[in-house]
Amino acid sequence: MKAAIIWGMPLLVWQCLFFVVPLGLLVAMTFWSVRNFRLSPDLTLRNWNHLLSESYFYVTYFRTLSYSVIASVVGSAFAFPCSYVLAYNVRPSTRRLVTFLLITPFFTSYLVRAYSWQIILSDNGLVNGLLSSLGMGRVPMLNTPIATMIGYLTLFFPLIILLQLVGLSAVDRDLIGAAHNLGAGPLRTIVKVVIPSAKVGLILAATFAFIFAFGDFVSPAQLGGGKAPTLSILIIDTVKSASNWPMASAIALTMIVTLMVVMFGALGAAYGTQRTDRHG
Amino acid sequence: MDERVTVLIQRGYVILCLGFIFCPILTLIAFSFNVDRFPSLPWKGFSLTWYSAVFEDPTILDAFRNTLIVGAGVAIVSTFLGFTAAYFDFRWNFPWKKLYLAIVVLPPTIPFLILGLALLLFLSRIGLGSSLTGVFVSHVVICTPFALAITRMRLAEMDKGLEEAAWNLGASEWRGVLEVILPFAAPAILASALVTMAVSFDEFMIAWFVSGLDQTLPVKILLLLQGQVSPRINAIGTIVFLISFTLVAIAQIVIFLTRRITE
Repeated sequence: MKAAIIWGMPLLVWQCLFFVVPLGLLVAMTFWSVRNFRLSPDLTLRNWNHLLSESYFYVTYFRTLSYSVIASVVGSAFAFPCSYVLAYNVRPSTRRLVTFLLITPFFTSYLVRAYSWQIILSDNGLVNGLLSSLGMGRVPMLNTPIATMIGYLTLFFPLIILLQLVGLSAVDRDLIGAAHNLGAGPLRTIVKVVIPSAKVGLILAATFAFIFAFGDFVSPAQLGGGKAPTLSILIIDTVKSASNWPMASAIALTMIVTLMVVMFGALGAAYGTQRTDRHG
Repeated sequence: MDERVTVLIQRGYVILCLGFIFCPILTLIAFSFNVDRFPSLPWKGFSLTWYSAVFEDPTILDAFRNTLIVGAGVAIVSTFLGFTAAYFDFRWNFPWKKLYLAIVVLPPTIPFLILGLALLLFLSRIGLGSSLTGVFVSHVVICTPFALAITRMRLAEMDKGLEEAAWNLGASEWRGVLEVILPFAAPAILASALVTMAVSFDEFMIAWFVSGLDQTLPVKILLLLQGQVSPRINAIGTIVFLISFTLVAIAQIVIFLTRRITE
């Protein structure tokens, strides 16, 4: 047992010290106060009262929530046909190559890729340059929610496809064949057989998309223009312009709680109620 | 519908998706070589001006050096910690294992903005705020789960009996790890080092909070982005992209080849 402790402890100690404790401090700090620009460790509900009575906070909160839900749903919908084709209708070697191409951008600078969309979408950018050379008018795209959405998709689109692909690979191929034999058309087979069987992968993919969009700062700030702030922009502003650390911590905590609710809800939906009847 | 048309549409859609993913990367690379100050069409001609501007800017070179120092440290420590935890998970079972794994693996799922805030609040209280050491410590927190996952997946392909055989032949616990586990996990360890380095190399949010004046390259890029548009960003972006692309590509090839050999 001594050996087990030697192997298990180092990482546990590191993560407790530099992950659990800092998050604990963040939670504690929501009850602190700022006096004469200095933090003082109190036990006051003033930050919470202030934050939760601010209509601006609710507007921002629900904006962030709806952006993230839309990004997650739209991303999943666009990704699904691609994952489906990759799972069933290509050679294994092609699937491996595309998987390789999908994993790599996930680990490359998202910041730089978002900046590149600025070049593409700006008023004098590539898309508008193309439109005007075709004799069409310019369409403002940068600094709109559309640009924010494109940024979100840049962040997690490859990941959605990969997770959906894992889910679809788990589907029993005989079931699909059986559905065909029983006279179900392709669409009906997908809705009644494939989607229910690949549920876990599909839900996990959508959940990760939500998590990434919900916490992202770059897309709403750099591409969305910051005019319609999300919670992440609100946190940065609270820190930068007001140095109000307790308030920033309180906003951060509402985000963590939301993410935990969504994660547990998603895990429940994915694993909890396994449907046994596939006839629907 | 004609079978061939269906196949064509399917292929086309996959290519369209890949096009969307790689479009910003290709645009960036193309415009880093453009003479024009402003990134717009038509393309004005090939030039390396922006690259030489990057290499002449001492603040960018400093940031680059900082990023490399942090990345190398993170790669070593994360890979080591990831290996210890992966071996621990591979060999022992105990009632609290799920909680253990949750604590250890959770960090990358918390928005980095929030982690950055929390880490700055904490690190500045123990004297590590606004320092490269702080960035290093924070990056180990978010990178180690990747190393743990990669190494654990590799160990899952191993026959547990191999190590037991070594013990039966009189090898000590340490020799078992050194001569059976480590050689088997070697490719995963290399892959972990490359991937964790790539993650650290690109992370800007936590680094922005924690780094203070010792900026890393991604933080420098973030600050440049908030200032005036400069084609130098395209050049830096291309360099950064090529480095992390290379790291992750090698890691993937290593994983792929070893899996093939084992099979």
